Amino acid sequence: MRRWILLCLSFFVVPAHAVLNIEITGAGEHQTPVSLVRFAGDAATAQGLLDIVGSDLIRTGLFKLVDPAGKTPHEPRDIRPSEWVGVEAVLIGSIQAMDDGKVAVKFRLLDLVRNAELLSQVVTAKEDQVRAIGHRIADMVYERLTGSPGVFSTRIAYVSRDEGVYRLVVADSDGDNEQALLTSKEPIMSPSWSPDGRQIAYVSFEKRRAMVYVQSLSSRMRTLIADFPGSNSAPAWSPDGTQIAMVLTRDGESQIYVANSNGGRLRRITYSDAIDTEPSFSPDGQSLLFTSDRGGSPQIYRVSIEGGSVERLTFESGNAFSPRFHPDGKSFVFAHFGDGVFHIAVHDLESRQTQILTAGGWEKKPSFAPNGKMILFATEVQGRGILATVSSDGRVKQKMVAQRGDIREPMWGPFLK
Amino acid sequence: MMKKLILSVLLLNLLAACSSNPPKEEVAEPATTSAATTEAPAADAQAATATDAQAAADAQAAADAQAALMEKNSVYFPFDVDAVQDADRETIMNHAEYLASHPDAKVRVEGNADERGSSEYNLGLGQRRAKNTKRALVLGGASDSQIETVSYGEEKPRCSEHNEACWAQNRRADINYSAQ
Repeated sequence: MRRWILLCLSFFVVPAHAVLNIEITGAGEHQTPVSLVRFAGDAATAQGLLDIVGSDLIRTGLFKLVDPAGKTPHEPRDIRPSEWVGVEAVLIGSIQAMDDGKVAVKFRLLDLVRNAELLSQVVTAKEDQVRAIGHRIADMVYERLTGSPGVFSTRIAYVSRDEGVYRLVVADSDGDNEQALLTSKEPIMSPSWSPDGRQIAYVSFEKRRAMVYVQSLSSRMRTLIADFPGSNSAPAWSPDGTQIAMVLTRDGESQIYVANSNGGRLRRITYSDAIDTEPSFSPDGQSLLFTSDRGGSPQIYRVSIEGGSVERLTFESGNAFSPRFHPDGKSFVFAHFGDGVFHIAVHDLESRQTQILTAGGWEKKPSFAPNGKMILFATEVQGRGILATVSSDGRVKQKMVAQRGDIREPMWGPFLK
Repeated sequence: MMKKLILSVLLLNLLAACSSNPPKEEVAEPATTSAATTEAPAADAQAATATDAQAAADAQAAADAQAALMEKNSVYFPFDVDAVQDADRETIMNHAEYLASHPDAKVRVEGNADERGSSEYNLGLGQRRAKNTKRALVLGGASDSQIETVSYGEEKPRCSEHNEACWAQNRRADINYSAQ
């Protein structure tokens, strides 16, 4: 326990079998002091669980983990409030092995200020799913203490490039548990999650030009949905999962089209002599954000999915790329390029204000976590592409450094249903 | 076999000569049997009979011409610009003339961009550069159907440092001859 707290204090968490190292800077405006007590039961399993819940909570910058200092309560009656001064909430619980090889994890979150039980739950799973259980517990703790659903159980997708081999990777939101969905000697771009999290659309150059595929995560079966002459790219799912917006050059310039998610019933949305690309559906499915250089430099625009009039949204000096809606539809995140660097920025649709969230660098391809609280993007450290996140208010930043290769084109997945 | 090839090459050259003006579409469909004339391997040439020696030499000359052409097969663009530059006029004309006189030759024009943009925007930019390079080749006498355009955007950089010398290398379109 002490060793683990030290690791957390150094803001450098290295879970077992980690593919990525995680470095966190900054803190939330208010950090809730929370104590996590190692659960009763098998010590190794309990420690593994604690590490996952702890690193999940720490990464948000919203919590301060308080060392239980040798106290090991497992039931509410074991807690004497006088021993927990300065701690707002404490997580306790136990792990029980069951006959069928599964484990039952019983846990409680107690509010020591108001002397109330915030959570009391039992989660059962196979013993090798400790990571998943840990993320679920962290999700519930996060939701009870912040009011927003946690995103620790969600997944991310990205492309890794290592010595000429491209891999389309799906991983847990902390970068661990990575699985390659596709390996290719030719580039892969623009992974896009279906709203149910079961499929990923992406661009692959395996047939020597850009074509759009849709692949199932469970069966690994995939469908080529766009192979028109020229480039086929930038897939984006509609919120109901029935349609995919994409960019085709089959009629000349890069223009935005919408098709059914199997590629059928294709219809053109934009008509310009410019590059119109990177469509992103609004949460209500009625409009698309996109990047266009129709005004002379790349900026963000909006168009109804019925087509028709186009509204320019950004008027930045420099260029604006890669818009993605906040889940509430009231703002969007984009990559701003100016004075030789990329920043991650958020544009509020009502106030029409743009806020730069990051210090700047090779920061590209932002996407919101499904709770809207964090933004995942690609950046670079010492010439290598890595994943990074920033909280939506810009206060908390973390970098996830892969042990090898270049990481690009990240996209945060949806809540799993 | 070689005679047939020579004949078809001659025919095609004649056809091309007659049709340097539109209509282009019909002319540009080469007989599939004529493929590979420009790349007769040297080993075969030595084994050929005396009558075929000249043909082999011609083929070798053609291969040499193409090899010389390939030494300069890239055209370069300023930042966020997709128009072919005057500096590359000679490169374009050399390839256009070669394509015009070798109607069975086919090229893939591959457009590329530097990293200062999103990968998708750069894919669009590379596509434009490829398309404009193709247009310049066609204006120079190449046939529309000899040229395929593709874009790699910023996905296949020739140089991977963050500086102008490197970016300038990556803002280019490559004229690559297809293996026949």
